Amino acid sequence: MTFTRKDILGTQEMNASEITYLLDATESFLEVSTREVKKVPTLRGKTIINLFYEPSTRTRTSFEIAGKRLSADVINISNSSSSAAKGESLKDTALTLAAMAADVIVIRHPASGAPHFLAHHVPSAVINGGDGTHEHPTQALLDLFTIRQRKGALAGLRVSIVGDIAHSRVARSNIFAMRAMGMEVRVCGPASLLPMQVESLGVHACTDLDTALCDADIIMVLRLQLERQEKGLIPSLREYSQLYGLNLTRLAQAKPDVLIMHPGPINRGVEIAPEVAEGPYSLILDQVANGVALRMALLYLLTGGPGL
Amino acid sequence: MSILIRGGRVLDASANLDGVMDLLIDAGKIVSVGGDAAETACQREGSTLSTPLEVIDAHGLLVVPGLIDIHTHLREPGYEYKESIMSGSAAAVAGGFTAIACMANTNPVNDDAAVTKYILDKARAVGLVQVFPIGAVSVGLAGERLAEIGELNQAGVVGISDDGKSVMNSQLMRRALEYAGMFGLPVISHCEDTQLAAHGVMHEGRVSTELGLRGIPAQAEDIMVARDIALAELTGGRLHIAHVSTVGAARLVHDAKARGLCVTAEVTPHHLFLTDEAVRGYDPNTKMYPPLRTAADVEALRQALKDGTIDAIATDHAPHDLADKEVEFDQAPVGIIGLETSLPLTLRLVNEGVLTLTDAIAKLTWGPSQVLGLAKGTLQVGADADVTLIDTQTEYVVDRREFCSKSRNSPFHGWTLKGRAVMTLCAGKIVYSRGPERITSMSAPAGQRRTRGRRGRKSSGT
Repeated sequence: MTFTRKDILGTQEMNASEITYLLDATESFLEVSTREVKKVPTLRGKTIINLFYEPSTRTRTSFEIAGKRLSADVINISNSSSSAAKGESLKDTALTLAAMAADVIVIRHPASGAPHFLAHHVPSAVINGGDGTHEHPTQALLDLFTIRQRKGALAGLRVSIVGDIAHSRVARSNIFAMRAMGMEVRVCGPASLLPMQVESLGVHACTDLDTALCDADIIMVLRLQLERQEKGLIPSLREYSQLYGLNLTRLAQAKPDVLIMHPGPINRGVEIAPEVAEGPYSLILDQVANGVALRMALLYLLTGGPGL
Repeated sequence: MSILIRGGRVLDASANLDGVMDLLIDAGKIVSVGGDAAETACQREGSTLSTPLEVIDAHGLLVVPGLIDIHTHLREPGYEYKESIMSGSAAAVAGGFTAIACMANTNPVNDDAAVTKYILDKARAVGLVQVFPIGAVSVGLAGERLAEIGELNQAGVVGISDDGKSVMNSQLMRRALEYAGMFGLPVISHCEDTQLAAHGVMHEGRVSTELGLRGIPAQAEDIMVARDIALAELTGGRLHIAHVSTVGAARLVHDAKARGLCVTAEVTPHHLFLTDEAVRGYDPNTKMYPPLRTAADVEALRQALKDGTIDAIATDHAPHDLADKEVEFDQAPVGIIGLETSLPLTLRLVNEGVLTLTDAIAKLTWGPSQVLGLAKGTLQVGADADVTLIDTQTEYVVDRREFCSKSRNSPFHGWTLKGRAVMTLCAGKIVYSRGPERITSMSAPAGQRRTRGRRGRKSSGT
């Protein structure tokens, strides 16, 4: 298969063979991060711009490291230090960056659909680094890679995603990708945080954590998106933590070989207890490590690297 | 001016008229309709006609009362960069409209006689369509105290509405219905429970879940429709529900009418054709209030049009500047323009078998006229000579760069539509014309027919 997309905007439009291709491509780049000199000349002379309108530690650093390990020139723009703070529109920002011949623009933005808007106006390749509550495709892809790495195959695995599903782009991207790969997905959270007609996405929905934990091969815990919520969706963090917080006691309900994932950052003690996040079944740091390799693969493929 | 419109198919729902016949206009009024119109013209020629007779060849065309749009935003005063009374009027006549009602959410708000008078004077000076201002329910549209509705009535408003915003305060809505009822003015209600709708940008449903956009549940509209109907019942006032968009709202209006309440309703063309699926791709030209809903809602609205629950098609023409609209979906202002696509879309309902041609035209003429009590929408003898000639056969591709409106925010760009207005006459004067020359002068001796130049250019948009 040859990779022909101009942009990576979401997993909803990807099918199983494309996802498999991207996961296989990621394997090739894992090794670079284990070397003493973590650099290959593959993307030398390419310009990658990280356009982040929202704060980010792992995604942005991950893209920056991925680009630099490929020898690309990486520039970081955050909205607070750019002319966006002077009120410059997204369209003008896009045209400006395009005029500087950026090869790839990675965008994270609080408005769902912003990367689509950007891709419409620039010839550069656009990677969605997270748009509003819509998608975060690179996260879902690295999550699938991590699961496959540990479990060998994806089809038929049971995943429970727990937390603020309504406001989670990680949940959506994972749901689309997991369903494409034939995985069984359950979503769990308080009724006010489950989006309308969520089951039309091909998942089972429940509001009871024990039900979600039972028989799950993977539990993916999400952060409460406090910055995205209106007031009053849940009575308090304390109550949320009591009903949905994943700690060792609740984990006893799950299978002995269950694996725990979290896209980060974690609210320690709210949705996940520190012992669980740092325990032996946690894949959280594997996710981070794999993220760099996955992003290297995407950058490589989008800038026209020959098939791997 | 005296004009004989010859050989067209005259369709007038108010008089149950449908047939090929002539129409004679003189001094701004309909003088004669039917087979003897040409004879009357000849008899009067040179003696009682106000000017030498012009003849318009309407063979193959539909001849209907001038179209009426009871829900538009002309943006003047205050937002002239989006639209003005002049450009809005030009858009209206290009769409076949001879009368439009404009909402009060201008700057300053039309909550007093001065602004009403400004709008009327401006419209008169432009001289294309007749503009009927709608006054505000509350001062400054703040939803706190009643505007001076008596004064607004005297200044010439045809209804009151806080459209653009919702009257959340039920006590205020009650008082508005009572008070406006004294003058026979309808209260036009923009039904939106703003707390339920909170920051929503599209219909809440399966599509909003997939797109990660905040949704507005249908109930945000239904709750307010139910409330307003209950208040109409309490007060005996005249209630008109603006831009109905849900199954629930249609059902509530239907039941209210069945109980004999004085409730009317309108629907936009876009709510009869588009669903929330159109929002995929995040084009801000699909963002409006009420939002595009589901296929079931579209079906219910079409049915409600058919069975008379909905009295009028009204565009809610809402111009927005390109720079304002061409932003992230969340940030974009709500609303789309509609004056120049309303008629072709309504004709598409006929082509799809949803409405008969007579019914469809009625929803754009007699129906809206009745809602606002305008004494228009008819071609009966003595009526104002507002006439629209329609070519129902020609197909064309909508190109928003050709709109007469200053704004370009339409989701119908690129659609292939069939049928459009080719000539618009307002008060017996040709204010818009497109296509081949159809006018001849009868007063020239036989064999020397002169063709006059076209009246009323379509203005070139920016």
